[in-house]
Amino acid sequence: MKTDVLVIGGGPAGMNAAIEAARAGASVILVERQAHLGGQLVKQTHKFFGWAEKGAGTRGIQLAEEWARAVEEHKNITVLLSSEAIGLYDDGAWMIEQEGKLIPVYPKKIIIAVGAQEKTLPIENADIPGVYGAGAIQTMMHVYGVLPGEKYLIVGAGNIGVILAYQLAQAGAEVKAVVDVLPKLGGAYWVHVTKIRRMGIPLYMKHTVIEIKGDQWVESATIAEIDEKFQPIPGTEKELDVDTIAISIGLSPLTDLMYQAGVELIWIPELGGLVPVHSENMRTTKPNIYVAGDASGIEEATTAALEGKIAGAVAAKDLGLTVNDSDIEEWKNELGQLRDAPLLEKLRHGLHKLHEAAKERGLQ
Amino acid sequence: MKRIENHPILTFKRGKKIKFYFEGKEMWGYEGDTIASALVANGVKVFRESIKLHRPRGFYCAIGNCSSCLMTVDGVPNIRTCITPLKEGMHIERIKGKGALHYED
Repeated sequence: MKTDVLVIGGGPAGMNAAIEAARAGASVILVERQAHLGGQLVKQTHKFFGWAEKGAGTRGIQLAEEWARAVEEHKNITVLLSSEAIGLYDDGAWMIEQEGKLIPVYPKKIIIAVGAQEKTLPIENADIPGVYGAGAIQTMMHVYGVLPGEKYLIVGAGNIGVILAYQLAQAGAEVKAVVDVLPKLGGAYWVHVTKIRRMGIPLYMKHTVIEIKGDQWVESATIAEIDEKFQPIPGTEKELDVDTIAISIGLSPLTDLMYQAGVELIWIPELGGLVPVHSENMRTTKPNIYVAGDASGIEEATTAALEGKIAGAVAAKDLGLTVNDSDIEEWKNELGQLRDAPLLEKLRHGLHKLHEAAKERGLQ
Repeated sequence: MKRIENHPILTFKRGKKIKFYFEGKEMWGYEGDTIASALVANGVKVFRESIKLHRPRGFYCAIGNCSSCLMTVDGVPNIRTCITPLKEGMHIERIKGKGALHYED
């Protein structure tokens, strides 16, 4: 198959990239691994804020539906579901696997918007059933309507951990504790924190999980307070009667495809680890390859959507199509405003490193 | 491990009931389930064992990334059960070792 633009990933970044490229007149193939579009938005039941007139107050699941409809209705976009990009071949083909069939796609421009993966907790027994990614539990609950356990410990009180706590309570589960190694809350929005406080869910700061008991699956977890060197303080241990432990200690970008295609990656812990060097226009070090969303550095859905729009429009522009430059400037302004929040100091530090690296390499 | 019936925000429109088999045992799920969600709803926690140390493994990421939930489905090993839709009459089994492909001569 030939196409102007291949978009890999059908989440907020990929859907918006496809829409903008198609709007400029490009032919687009959008590849999504799952049987439905939406990415991780399909499990976000909470209302989004920040993005003032566009999307704030709307639940993630509704945003996913709106964007998916816009993608499906656009005549320039071909959507391949249950399909996965497996790599770039020597002849320039991006190989797509769809239910056992291989489809070579020859695109002029590629936008990689494959998202991120949840980090794992490096302690003994953290590999047994009952220890799940926080996002995985959200998927089970909100997409399939299934609760994977009854009594939960949540490790990591960032935004996802805190939101998961009240979502579990909404679904009828019991949350025994939320723990975080930091002395005070960093990434969680207060509106969510006050919600779990009102529900009486205990939040233990400067605490971590030190032991997971269970032979075939989780039978209990022990938490303890930690000192300045992150070492457990003897005598502070509490054993919790839980069957499920949710891990929400961060995400890292999925960089496999970029790496295989020769995109330069650099280590920026503030953005989730290895990230592709890219400009504000979402161009990477590899001509014709663009990135957007969490795959380009961990943020959240609203910024992912804006990055997607920029990547889609810039790719179209690089194809020689007419796009409205003032749109691109407007999206960059909106990104700047979203990233200006006081909570996001660490993120801004990471983005600064990224922009310096892009500048050094002369990326426009 | 249960199906959520009442939720303040979501309503779950479950499709028709689907019969499938896990390790030979008859189980039920719904159209719209993945293999993994149907197993979880039926109380299954251990999806496979690790290759070297034979430790129990459940799902982990539930979005097709991590390979923790690989199982044998209708004789084909290493299927990501968390992104594979459940179908009528499927036979789901835990993988023994790395799993093997069977070729017909």
